[in-house]
Amino acid sequence: MGEAAPARERDRLTYERLRDRATVLRRHIVQMLAEAKSGHPGGSLSAVEIVTALYFGDILRYDPGRPGWPDRDRFILSKGHGVPVQYAALAEAGFFPVEELMSLRKIDSRLQGHPVLGATPGIEASTGSLGQGLSIGLGMALAAKMDGRDYRVFVLLGDGECQEGQVWEAAMAAGHFRPDNLIAIVDYNKYQLDGAVSEILDLEPFAAKWESMGWAVREIDGHDLVQVVQGLEWTIAESGPACVIAHTVKGKGVSFMEGENAYHGVAPTDEELARALGELEGALIRAEQSIEREAAAEKEAGR
Amino acid sequence: MKTLYEGLELGKATRDAYGEALRDLGRRHDDIVVLDADLAVSTRSAFFGEEFPDRFFNVGIQEANLVGVASGLASSGKVPFISSFACFVILKGFDQLRMAVSYPRLNVKVVGSHGGISPGEDGASQQAVEDVALACSLPDFVVCVPSDEYQTRAAVEAAYAHEGPVYIRTGRPKAPLIYDGVPADFAFGRATLVREGGDATIIANGIMVGAAIVAHERLLRDGIRVRVLDMATVKPLDEEAVRLAARETGAIVTAEEHLIHGGLGARVAQVVCRDHPVPMEFVGLDDTYAESGDPGALLRKYGLTADDIEAAVRRVLERRRSMV
Repeated sequence: MGEAAPARERDRLTYERLRDRATVLRRHIVQMLAEAKSGHPGGSLSAVEIVTALYFGDILRYDPGRPGWPDRDRFILSKGHGVPVQYAALAEAGFFPVEELMSLRKIDSRLQGHPVLGATPGIEASTGSLGQGLSIGLGMALAAKMDGRDYRVFVLLGDGECQEGQVWEAAMAAGHFRPDNLIAIVDYNKYQLDGAVSEILDLEPFAAKWESMGWAVREIDGHDLVQVVQGLEWTIAESGPACVIAHTVKGKGVSFMEGENAYHGVAPTDEELARALGELEGALIRAEQSIEREAAAEKEAGR
Repeated sequence: MKTLYEGLELGKATRDAYGEALRDLGRRHDDIVVLDADLAVSTRSAFFGEEFPDRFFNVGIQEANLVGVASGLASSGKVPFISSFACFVILKGFDQLRMAVSYPRLNVKVVGSHGGISPGEDGASQQAVEDVALACSLPDFVVCVPSDEYQTRAAVEAAYAHEGPVYIRTGRPKAPLIYDGVPADFAFGRATLVREGGDATIIANGIMVGAAIVAHERLLRDGIRVRVLDMATVKPLDEEAVRLAARETGAIVTAEEHLIHGGLGARVAQVVCRDHPVPMEFVGLDDTYAESGDPGALLRKYGLTADDIEAAVRRVLERRRSMV
């Protein structure tokens, strides 16, 4: 491997591989939720590309063998109900065996229904009571500065979650203390449990709210991996707190769940699982081939 | 206030002792970080902030964020001490204390000042009367209500030494002196015997320990010898000291500047009723808020003086006699 290429010049295979990773994560999500017979598919699926880019797009610095490595980047899933997507990524990244994913929500499992610090390798904060992750992330970002460490803290928030007052307490405080290592990502999938965000309690003008509190803001298509990777790279380069508003589709990747809010907190039945897996199947074959192709190419390059 | 504690000298307010102890602790330990929510001058966390501005964050009037930021600092290896008024940090930060501190068992030290009704004139909105009950309900939290300036210093040291969440409640007015120096034997979960006696036991904390000592002296004149325990730590409770008090003295009065439901009295009663049932009386606020007023006048009106403890001891002794 030579020097890292700028994002826009990354080769097609990198993005193809990332897309395939995303499909693998989606497969895990629907399988885990069907097995658990409960959970939140919609907000897990909408965040797949964001989480894929973080873990597999050379954004997060981590070592699955050392989850407590002091210089690791932190990722906090503040929208804790979306945790299946993070568990899937952590398993694929090697933090724990992929087979363990099927223990989600079961008795004695390390994979609790919402993230729990200390229970699962790679989980950085206990969330599930919405609105808290950005404050915790701010504390971590300030600790890095005090210790002279250069790790970054990424916090993924839900759009409905941004109705919580604490989010704006933290946003205002970050705008004041200005840590350049704190990054907020909003999974703006337009729906919350009871319906459309715009109808229940509209966030707009949303970007302006963050900007008014001293954040640099970019809006992206949260399912376009090129935009997601480039957006996250932009946040890292920013000199103060930066926010990416990722426009997404709830339930993305499973046709009958897309934009269908009934799947906010209802797991797929066995029949629905079969349908979902059928839809993802073609892409999954491509994923495996792609990864094999890349592995072969890397092997060749190594010679 | 002074007239409430005849024979006892008034020392510093426990909030002053907290500020000084924290500053001293900061000189010895680089990992201490202090946060406040725009009440640093009142809670005395400003003493630390003036000397260590790089380790002090005033997050503004944001109690939820205050607790959340402390959580992130703690999980990154810092030892955050966070302060506000007791009613604000515990009540407004409660879900954050639950999710971001108690549940992950993080090493956050919460110090709420202006505990009880003795803050006085500002009225009930600034008076914490339910903070101890709420803090005790959080798994793994140590909950401590020190009685005087010396015990406060010991409690702050113990909080740093303890790995895990701690809540310390301090007070606004000058507190009657119970000790003549920082008690070397102080430990969380260990009651301190401050007056010996075998006829009944008063179990108190905070400024009520001073009132209990005054009650002890008065009862002594009538030949009634009452044991007084300073139960600074409400959780974990010194259950052995409670059992001994029940077994050896046969009657217990608790005294706290707090609602009688869910605080010291309720926790003592749980042990008494399980291990050695004896008659009990409870001095504290009974299902009510207080109001504005001079602290001394408030403590009198709401039944939190030596007179009230003395009367409770006589009641509990009468009840025990009638049971025999």
